Amino acid sequence: MKKNVILAILGIVFLAFPLVIKSDYYQHLIIIALMWVVIGSSWNLLAGYTGQVSFGHAIFFGIGAYTAGILFSKLGISPWWGMLAGGISAMLIGLFVGWVCFRLRGPYFALATLAGGEIFRLIATNWESLTEGMVGILIIPSFESKLPYYYIALLLAAGCIFAIHLIMQSKWGYYFVSIRENQDAAESLGINTTLYKNVSLLVSSLFTGMAGAFYMNYMGFIDPQVVFSLHYISIMSILVGIVGGVATIMGPAVGAFVMVGVQETFRSAFFGMAPQWISEAHALVFGLLVIFVIMFLANGIVGDWGKIKRNVFRIKASS
Amino acid sequence: MKLLEVKNLTKAFGGLKAVNNVSFTVEKGEILGLIGPNGSGKTTTFNCINQFYPITSGDILFKGKSISALKTYEICKLGIGRTFQVVKPLARMTVLENVTASAFCRVASIKGAKEVASEVLQFCNLWKDKDKLAKSLPIGGRKRLEIARALATRPDLLLLDETAAGLNPSELDEAIDLIIKMRESGITILIVEHIMKVIMTISDRIHAINFGQTIAEGTPEQVANNPAVIEAYLGEEYAQG
Ligand SMILES: Nc1ncnc2c1ncn2[C@@H]1O[C@H](COP(=O)(O)OP(=O)(O)OP(=O)(O)O)[C@@H](O)[C@H]1O
Ligand SMILES: [Mg+2]
Repeated sequence: MKKNVILAILGIVFLAFPLVIKSDYYQHLIIIALMWVVIGSSWNLLAGYTGQVSFGHAIFFGIGAYTAGILFSKLGISPWWGMLAGGISAMLIGLFVGWVCFRLRGPYFALATLAGGEIFRLIATNWESLTEGMVGILIIPSFESKLPYYYIALLLAAGCIFAIHLIMQSKWGYYFVSIRENQDAAESLGINTTLYKNVSLLVSSLFTGMAGAFYMNYMGFIDPQVVFSLHYISIMSILVGIVGGVATIMGPAVGAFVMVGVQETFRSAFFGMAPQWISEAHALVFGLLVIFVIMFLANGIVGDWGKIKRNVFRIKASS
Repeated sequence: MKLLEVKNLTKAFGGLKAVNNVSFTVEKGEILGLIGPNGSGKTTTFNCINQFYPITSGDILFKGKSISALKTYEICKLGIGRTFQVVKPLARMTVLENVTASAFCRVASIKGAKEVASEVLQFCNLWKDKDKLAKSLPIGGRKRLEIARALATRPDLLLLDETAAGLNPSELDEAIDLIIKMRESGITILIVEHIMKVIMTISDRIHAINFGQTIAEGTPEQVANNPAVIEAYLGEEYAQG
C-alpha cells in the first residue's frame, strides 16, 4: 500500500517535472539520468540478478546508437524506428557475445566482456565506410524542444523497470538468481543455465541498445570514443548498479540519479562555485565513491536503505 | 523393471580411475545402497550418472535409454534428481525460493511452482523455515533442503549422497523417516551413506565398491558378512573404533 502511494507520487513528480521546471539544463540532466536508469537496470539484470558481471555494456549501447545513426544517415530511416532497430541489433550482438563469453565463468566472463567492449570500439573506429570512424555520425535531431525526449526517456525507463520487475517474479527471475547463487546446483535442478544466461543477456542488451539509440536521437552526435567508451559507459553502468544497489529493482534507478548528479557536480566544478580544476578530478571522485559504497554500503543505497535510515536519520527501520 | 542401468562405468581423472568398470542396476521402486570407504568413487559415480562429469567409458541407461550423451539439466528433466554431498544451497534465496526454483522443472506458472514447493517443504518438514535464507539454515536443514529441492523436480529416481552425514541422532531418525516416506510415495532411491545404521535399515540391496571397483552386491546381510567388504569398509571402521 505504502509502496503504491510512493510510486504514484513519483509518477506525478516525473510527469509534471518538465512542465514545472522549464530550464533546458535541468531537463537535460534528468533526461540523461533516465537514460542511465535504463542502462543501469539492464546491467543489473545480467550482473546483479544473474551474476554475470559485464564490463562491456558499452558494446550494446554503442551498437544501438550506431544502428540508429547509420539507418538514419545512410538510409533515411526515422531514428524512432532506429530505437527499435537499435534494441534488436544490440540483441543480435548480445547473442554473439553470449556465445563467446558464456563459455567462461566469473571473473573470466567479466574480462571477456571487457575485451569485447574494446574490440567493438576499435571496429567502430576503423570501419570508416560504415561508421565514419573518428569523425562520428551527426544527425539533425527530430525535435527542438526537450519535452518529447523527456517523455520518451521516461517511458523507456519506466517500461524497462516494469519489465524487469515482471521478469524477476516469473520463472525466468527464479532461474536467473539460481544461476547466480550456484550454477552447478541450478544445472542439476533442471535449469539450462547456458540458455537462461543468454536470455538474461538478450533482455539486458535489448534495453541497453534502445538506450543507445535514444542517445543518438537525443544528442544528435556520436563517435566511438563516446558510445563505446569503457570509462563513460561500461564502467559507469557498473557504478550505477553498485551505488544504487545490485539485485534490487529500484537500486539502479537511484544509482543513475546519484551518479549523474555526482558526475555533473564535478564536471561543472560545483556549478561554477569551485575552481575549475575540480572538474578534472571527477574520475577520482568516482573511485572514492565506489570505495565508500563498498566499505559502508556493500548492498548499495537501496540494498542498505534500512542501515542508512538507522545510522543517518536515526530512525528505527520498520521491517 | 530396470529403472537405471550403469554399465561398465569408468571415470578417470588423469591417470586415476576414480570409477573403474562398475556395473549395477536399480530396479523400479527399490532402495539401492551404494557403499565404500572414503574416496572409493561413490560421489564420482553420482556425478557420472547425472553427467555432472562426462564419463570416460561405459554407458548409463535410464528407462532403457542411454543418457550418457545428455546434459545435466536434461537428465533432471528426464526424472533423475540428486543431492550434493557438499551441499549447494542457493544461499541468498529463501528456502521457499530455493524449492520454487526447482519446481519450475515441471510447472510453468509461478503459482503452480509455489504450490509444489509448499507441498514439498511440508513433506520435508521445512515449512517452518520457508522464509529463512538458505545460508542461515543449520547443516541438518541444509541437507533436508537438498532433498526438498530434488523432490520438487518430481524425480522417478533420486540420488542421495550422504544426506545423513553430520546429523545428530534425532535428525538422523527424521532423515530415515523422510527417506522411507519418499520411497512410499513411489520414488526409487539410490543412496550413498557412511552411517551403517541408515544404510543397513533402509536399503533393499547394497552395492559395495572400493578403489572404484565393485567388491560385493546383495542384501544388507550378505554384504555386511562379505569378507571383502568387512576388510575394505567395516575393517576400517573397527580399526578406527
Ligand atoms: N574432480 C576431481 N578431480 C580429480 N580427482 C577427483 C575429482 N573428484 C574426485 N576425485 C578423486 O576420485 C576418487 C573418488 O572420489 P569420490 O569423491 O567419488 O569418493 P567417495 O566415494 O564419494 O568418497 P567419500 O566417502 O569421501 O565421499 C578420490 O580419489 C578423489 O580424490
Ligand atoms: Mg562422496
